[in-house]
Amino acid sequence: MSLIIDNVSKSVDGEIHLQDIHLTMQKGSFNTLLGPTLSGKTSLLRLLAGLDKPTSGRIMMGGQDLSSIPVWKRNVSMVYQQFINYPHLDIYENIAFPLRRAGLAKAEIDRKVRATAETLRIDELLRRSPGELSGGQQQRTALARSLVKGADLLLLDEPLINLDYKLREEFHDEFTNIFADNRDTIIIYSSTDPLESLLLGGDILVLDEGRQLQHGPTHDVYRNPRMEAVARVFNDPQMNMINGRVENGRIVLGQGLTLPRSTHMTDLREGKYRFGLRANALGLSRASADDVELEARVELGEINGSETFVHIHHNEVSWVVQEDGVHTHSLGQVIRVYFNPEYLFAFDEKGMLAAAPKYVPGSGTAEE
Amino acid sequence: MLGLYRFLKYSAILLWSAFVAGPFLWALTTSFKTSEGIVSGATYIPWLQYKPSLDGWGVLFRRGGQGIDIVDPYLASLTVTLSASAISLVLGTLAAYGLSRFSYKAGPIKNADITFFFISQRIMPPIVLSIPFFLMLQAFGLLDTKLGLIIVYVALLMPIAVWVMIDFFHNIPVELDETAMLDGCRPVETFFRVILPNCKPGLVVAGLFCLIFGWNDFFFAFMLTFTKTQLLPVAVVALNSSVTPWWSLSASALVSVAPLVILAFVVEKYLSRGNLAGAIK
Repeated sequence: MSLIIDNVSKSVDGEIHLQDIHLTMQKGSFNTLLGPTLSGKTSLLRLLAGLDKPTSGRIMMGGQDLSSIPVWKRNVSMVYQQFINYPHLDIYENIAFPLRRAGLAKAEIDRKVRATAETLRIDELLRRSPGELSGGQQQRTALARSLVKGADLLLLDEPLINLDYKLREEFHDEFTNIFADNRDTIIIYSSTDPLESLLLGGDILVLDEGRQLQHGPTHDVYRNPRMEAVARVFNDPQMNMINGRVENGRIVLGQGLTLPRSTHMTDLREGKYRFGLRANALGLSRASADDVELEARVELGEINGSETFVHIHHNEVSWVVQEDGVHTHSLGQVIRVYFNPEYLFAFDEKGMLAAAPKYVPGSGTAEE
Repeated sequence: MLGLYRFLKYSAILLWSAFVAGPFLWALTTSFKTSEGIVSGATYIPWLQYKPSLDGWGVLFRRGGQGIDIVDPYLASLTVTLSASAISLVLGTLAAYGLSRFSYKAGPIKNADITFFFISQRIMPPIVLSIPFFLMLQAFGLLDTKLGLIIVYVALLMPIAVWVMIDFFHNIPVELDETAMLDGCRPVETFFRVILPNCKPGLVVAGLFCLIFGWNDFFFAFMLTFTKTQLLPVAVVALNSSVTPWWSLSASALVSVAPLVILAFVVEKYLSRGNLAGAIK
């Protein structure tokens, strides 16, 4: 059973929320929906759930147009950002709720509820009420309820965004197990966090301002962002973008930082380009003999979890360097940063990808 | 410092309690007195200062002949208030749910206008409505009947229920409704299986307001009834202190407020909204 989103658009009061979304997802696939806030992720999930109707286009499931099927007859589950559970029911009854509505036999309901609760490690809490649980446990309950009925379509709308950093990491580890033996469900997981998408793997749909920018296997999209906008959305901190040109067989970045043309750039025609460099491709120490050295002034040091983002200024251009671990830099301090030109992306004047590095640090997979 | 603070706090509470409870206690002691007990000056403690008697209470339940009968007005008041409150609560809750979850449109009239229409019923001074109500009941032959009063009270009480419940429904995330539908509930099932069970505190508050306003109303009960039907507030006010002894007046005042006082104790635990908070985040 495949899900076909056929040229779907959605606008509300003249404001466009989604425009010409067109893609197919296969049964058993795991898909992330990546985009910044207001990019249309929730709008798309609500259309797929049947909670809203598309302004134009069709959504098909297993060859059947879903538009005439009301929400309660579709076999869809959704987990929200907020922790939504039935406050008047205990955890057991919360998980059993969709099964009771479906009219399953008592023994089967009991078996399924207990198995799912165990998977989500809330089997000790079955007689508690949602109000007595922590945020993480409440979201586990909501996840259990969405998993237990074996829906054709499981929609997860930034389910971890309201949890703290530690709990998010815990969930990420568990998700790999929970979703590992999924064969029948199409799972769509929306996220604003590029790192989360990379961790979860599967396929990705990159959305920005209601438009579908790129759809494909997550790691392929990370390595070959089709356009500058994808690279922008799919990196945190954002990819460093520097105006430059290819001139006399060499690459010129910004105000005259001249580099030799690395192997993946040999096919580039002469002309203007925007060069992209991920923050994690820049380092404060020399990693190889090919590294280019920049002398730059520190503008800001930003500590983000277990990483430090150092904002630097070099020759009229601002860069962000991602440094592992927590470090402090004094403002205005002059430091040396290094990068390998092998890691440069090149986008043409229309913003489309012209050259992508062969190796990508931090993509999380073994390099070919 | 803390000692002084606590002393002041409890003093204030005690003072206020005395202020609130004083008249009740006064009426209570008076209702058990006889004429001797009253004219002999201020006395408060039964058996010690005066001899308690049930005479004052007895008069209230003497049907026909001497004394006054408040049993019929009492039953009439109970019937009218309970029926009108129940109908208002059911209709008001449904209306409020509709207004909080669905968009209605009739020309320029939208949800906010409909809500205001309900609320505005309570903004108008009641006297404005008295003549229209009178004429309408007259036209339908419902003057001086319990049914007529029930209909009028529903018109007066339903806005209260709508008002309280709309606020309550707005605090229940619409995602809860959606989750219920995704879990296989039709809209009606969603309301009865998921939303309503989570509305108990709101229903109690709305119900209590309806009962209080309904039970206490004097104006319409006075305007729209004559001889056949008489509600308690009208009956109590009709008691004449030159005919009815003070101890009976006190007893009638006490039986009038009794239902509401008992009700307040029964539903007290629902009146703290903390019951629902925390269950939905």
